[in-house]
Amino acid sequence: MSDVLSLPSRAPVRYRVVEWLRRDPRAALSVAVLACVIAVSVLAPWIAPYPPTAQDVRNMLAEPSAAHWLGTDDLGRDVLSRLIHGASASVYAAFLAVGVSIVLGVPVGLLAGFKGGWVDDVISRGIDTLLSFPAIVLAIAVTGAMGIGLTNAMISVGIVFSPQLARLVRARTLVVRQELYVDAARCFGASTWRILTRHVLPNAVQPVIVQVALLLATALLAEASLSFLGLGIQPPDASWGAMLARAYLYMEIAPEQMVPPGLAILVTALAFNTLGESLRMALDPTLKGR
Amino acid sequence: MTRRSLAMLPRRLLQAVPVVFLATFLVFGLLKLLPGDIAVTLAGENATEARIAEIRSLYGLDQPFLVQYAQWLWNALHGDLARSLLSGEKVAETIARCYPNTLLIVGLAIVISVVVAVPLGILAATRPGSRLDGAVMTLASVGVALPNFWLAMLLVSLLALDLGLFPATGFVSPFRDVGQALWHAVLPALALAASGIAEVARQLRSALVEVLSSQHVRTLVAKGLRPSSILWKHGLRNVGVTMLTVVSLLVNRTLAATVVVEAVFAIPGMGGAIVNAAIQRDFPVVQGVVLAMVVTVIIVNLATDLLYGVLDPRINRA
Repeated sequence: MSDVLSLPSRAPVRYRVVEWLRRDPRAALSVAVLACVIAVSVLAPWIAPYPPTAQDVRNMLAEPSAAHWLGTDDLGRDVLSRLIHGASASVYAAFLAVGVSIVLGVPVGLLAGFKGGWVDDVISRGIDTLLSFPAIVLAIAVTGAMGIGLTNAMISVGIVFSPQLARLVRARTLVVRQELYVDAARCFGASTWRILTRHVLPNAVQPVIVQVALLLATALLAEASLSFLGLGIQPPDASWGAMLARAYLYMEIAPEQMVPPGLAILVTALAFNTLGESLRMALDPTLKGR
Repeated sequence: MTRRSLAMLPRRLLQAVPVVFLATFLVFGLLKLLPGDIAVTLAGENATEARIAEIRSLYGLDQPFLVQYAQWLWNALHGDLARSLLSGEKVAETIARCYPNTLLIVGLAIVISVVVAVPLGILAATRPGSRLDGAVMTLASVGVALPNFWLAMLLVSLLALDLGLFPATGFVSPFRDVGQALWHAVLPALALAASGIAEVARQLRSALVEVLSSQHVRTLVAKGLRPSSILWKHGLRNVGVTMLTVVSLLVNRTLAATVVVEAVFAIPGMGGAIVNAAIQRDFPVVQGVVLAMVVTVIIVNLATDLLYGVLDPRINRA
């Protein structure tokens, strides 16, 4: 694997990213897959051949044909169009959840790691406790309390994931705050805010980037699970999890219905995970060859 | 268990108390996240103000938050988790009815994960960079990214509906017929085990590769020890602690994942209970299920802590 990202280099970031992708084909492939998924999710209204909720009741559970490349579902809706619109919902859901956990987790972790003392003790106990909750179960409970729906469900997932980021940032901050450059900044009279944002955060951020990529995969799977259970996106809107929920109902007569959304989830989650692992290798040269 | 780990027991138990306490506080606090007045929900439609007030005092909802919490905790400690708002069943009884089914699947899934993953991890770690290693690692990546309920649907479709090898859905209580219960639990457990196998195999491989490439193993090779004795006596013993951590984390993950997989197999477990309760805002049931699961995880963590001392005597001396 390559360590071009971590080398102290004067080369511009753009050049180093290109060099990294050139040397790591798995990373390049996952970036390509993710770029496609995100492009499809943004362009969904323009590239989907049919509206996602347009029903054709004379043409239910149809086999793939020239008119419907992936066939139609139990209400005669075009599977390909729902898959494309489902990408929007699923990608939105994953980014929303991870965004929430960054906003909640990173500042709390910074605070605990930088302040230390009783602040750290209290926050760390809280993090430990939250991490003892099975994540999806807690997310279901919080969704129930906030009201079902995709946005609420994914905010819940974000809340439930945030302790993972907080713990990571705290551990990194504990190391970084001992560094000489932090002492130097303090000697020059930099404010705590400035030290945190200019010196600690940029140097604690590398493992967070890796974790964010991995969390995006987990969030995507969480969206699928919650929508499958009926707590996430509500009919008639499509997400990949909701499509699997419909496919489940018709499993005996049309088992092929479960293939497209399931594969879409698998491939996208795999791409996020692979990207995360590649980033970990690229950012941390000590892991070389492991 | 060694005498030293036994001596650690009271201290570890004491350390677990604040975590349990905080967990109960969070579980109870969930109810308070609810926007709107629960008394209004409980009173039903067209309820009079007097009726709402009556319900409020009946459920103690007019008390301050901390008083309500103390009351709830006191009752919970006595095994009373209130009643379902919908069915009126005692939540403790719901849990007693559902949890064994969930625990059976989770237990079976963890056994399958470890039994399958350990040989795979060892094979991969002793041949790093080989084609076999690559295949195991690729499978592990897929296993982690696979939506477990999708795998469950595929298994039902292929093995149950098409080939008729296993029952498609439904469940038999382990208290009625152990053989049938296990038979019905195989497919759900397999669906849950996929990510477990992937996780355990990956972690075992990476820990073992690290140990086998360390200085002291190089010394053992130079001494002329047989590779198998190096692996069993020195390699695996040193990764024991890592594996313990991985398996204890697996309990937490599998408990979470089972909620979705139970839905596919229509298993009357904790998953079905919490999902219905969350959709219908039956909060005592939601709280009860979450509490039961988090207490389970805390107990597993505690047991793991104690086992660390057995596997690695250095830990207790610290």
